[in-house]
Amino acid sequence: MNPAPAISLPAIEVAGLVCAYGDRVVLEKVSFAVKRAEIFFIIGGSGCGKSTLLRHLVGLHPPVGGSVKYSGHDFIAASAAERKELLRTFGVLYQSGALWSSMTVGENVALPLELLTDLKRREREEIVALKLAQVGLAGYADYYPAELSGGMKKRAGLARALALDPAIVFFDEPSAGLDPITSLKLDELVRQIRDTLGTTIVIVSHELASIFDLADRVVMLDRDAKGIIADGDPRQLRDGSPDPRVREFLNRRGEAVRQQEGSAP
Amino acid sequence: MSQPGAPARADASLAVDTLTVQVGGDWRITAPHPDWIDLIGDRLPGRVVLTGTELGTWDSSLALFISAARRWSETNAIALVLEGLPAEALRLAALLAEKPPALPEQPRGLPNLPTAIGTETVRLWRETKDLAQLVGECSFSMGRFFRGQAQFRWRDCLAEMQQCGAMALPIVGLISFLVGVTLAYTGSLVVRQYGGDIWIADMVGLAVVREMGPMMAAIVLAGRTGAAYAATLGNMKANEEIDALSTLGVSPIDFLVMPRIVALFCMMPFLALYSDVVGILGGMAIAGAQPLNIPANLYFAEMQTIVDLSDINTGVIKAASFGLLIGLAGCWRGLQADRSAAGVGQAATAAVVTGILLIIVSDSIFAVAFDILGW
Repeated sequence: MNPAPAISLPAIEVAGLVCAYGDRVVLEKVSFAVKRAEIFFIIGGSGCGKSTLLRHLVGLHPPVGGSVKYSGHDFIAASAAERKELLRTFGVLYQSGALWSSMTVGENVALPLELLTDLKRREREEIVALKLAQVGLAGYADYYPAELSGGMKKRAGLARALALDPAIVFFDEPSAGLDPITSLKLDELVRQIRDTLGTTIVIVSHELASIFDLADRVVMLDRDAKGIIADGDPRQLRDGSPDPRVREFLNRRGEAVRQQEGSAP
Repeated sequence: MSQPGAPARADASLAVDTLTVQVGGDWRITAPHPDWIDLIGDRLPGRVVLTGTELGTWDSSLALFISAARRWSETNAIALVLEGLPAEALRLAALLAEKPPALPEQPRGLPNLPTAIGTETVRLWRETKDLAQLVGECSFSMGRFFRGQAQFRWRDCLAEMQQCGAMALPIVGLISFLVGVTLAYTGSLVVRQYGGDIWIADMVGLAVVREMGPMMAAIVLAGRTGAAYAATLGNMKANEEIDALSTLGVSPIDFLVMPRIVALFCMMPFLALYSDVVGILGGMAIAGAQPLNIPANLYFAEMQTIVDLSDINTGVIKAASFGLLIGLAGCWRGLQADRSAAGVGQAATAAVVTGILLIIVSDSIFAVAFDILGW
């Protein structure tokens, strides 16, 4: 997807999204737009609805209200066929890789190609080799997920998410359970993928190091506000956000939060 | 640049000795795109120029195309010149040319026969030792229990009793009733030939009380409760919950295995008695209908001439020991499970298979033993 197409619609446009589980509203009226080839972070404390937002964006939960548009195509109101088409334009890397444990790494990467494209077997094998090389797992096609370490499983999951050369890749807590070095390497890989293929990257995370290292833009969610309390460049927000919650999160301090909790009944 | 949305194309034109391949359009892996080998056919020019001046958007499909061109030029020793192609695409294509590092080979596929027999034997031996160890640990736990030192929670045990006992009543009842019905049907085929219609009561009564009642209750519980135990303990193991107990100094046997086995041991006799009653009612329902037409009170009186307390006792003794075996098999397979989603599934399956195997084997041992004892 290089260079960007002539019509420059935002890759993702979320307007007035309301997310709820039953009667419990988690997010109210969330709106933001993600530009093409942007590395976009959704951040916030535990329980603020980051993962909920992600699950709504990729269609695992139907929202109560609002709209999600991918390159101008409405995802929520789409017919089943359109929805399927749109689903193919993005990949998701789940928290622990979510590799299908009964298949080898190669079969895991090949399955989306096998089910969703008309590629020949030889081409599929080449793409598997290419994707595994891209994530630094060349030669591991015949390994089973159980034989890989946590970091390698995530890389393999990323190779699978990239199999169809998606326009957007979603990451759910990519650094969870990884040591700093492995996590750094994964961050580098993410940047490399964006630079190579112009992929739009959406990452749910609370890992400060990754946020400052990678993010072009962040939105911060808050549990009590049930929505976005900050939107912008992470460094600027860290130093100059008017909201103390945002500054403290990004500075890794907790006075205001503690005071708030102290005054709470 | 080409129009957006133009399909991927690659045009080859030959001038003197140079084949120029012009790629253009939008290359998408999910859309049809040209193949290098199809394009070149069996042409063997002096040199090939690959240019990408009219390229729109592109993805891995272009990298594959470039890499195929490179490989072809190497095999046929033909010079390849790349012009105007995006540097990132060339970098991707270069990834494919790199030889993957040699990795230790993982054992795959079927081993040869001696190896298979050997590994199976070792596995069987290990499993036997494993089971014996669990039985031993349970015995020690039993000792601790009677000395009041076990971390045994009656609350857990009662909850398990409700799960494996009361909650199993509908399914055990249904199956026992239907077994009574089929026994009466099959038996009537024989007894009617001799005009001994009334003996159907004796046959069904004896078969249900001595064999089918405890057996059917046990088989249902092996599938229902044994599998549940294996899945629960397997999940707990995968989630390190069992390790968490061990590091607290609490024996997982005392805390998790014993309440479950005790619950099954206590509830199985009751379930077997219930199964006996419902099975007899099933037989009675068939005997009361056409063509046998035996009234219920007559059926009941006839049955009492042959079924006595010793028959019921043998059934109850068997039921209690089946309960022990089902609980043991379920917990054993659960504790053995691999720490993965597939491991938990396999543990549940193995628990049912082991449970039923142990039930049938012990049932035949009981049959011989009771015969010798004359019960």
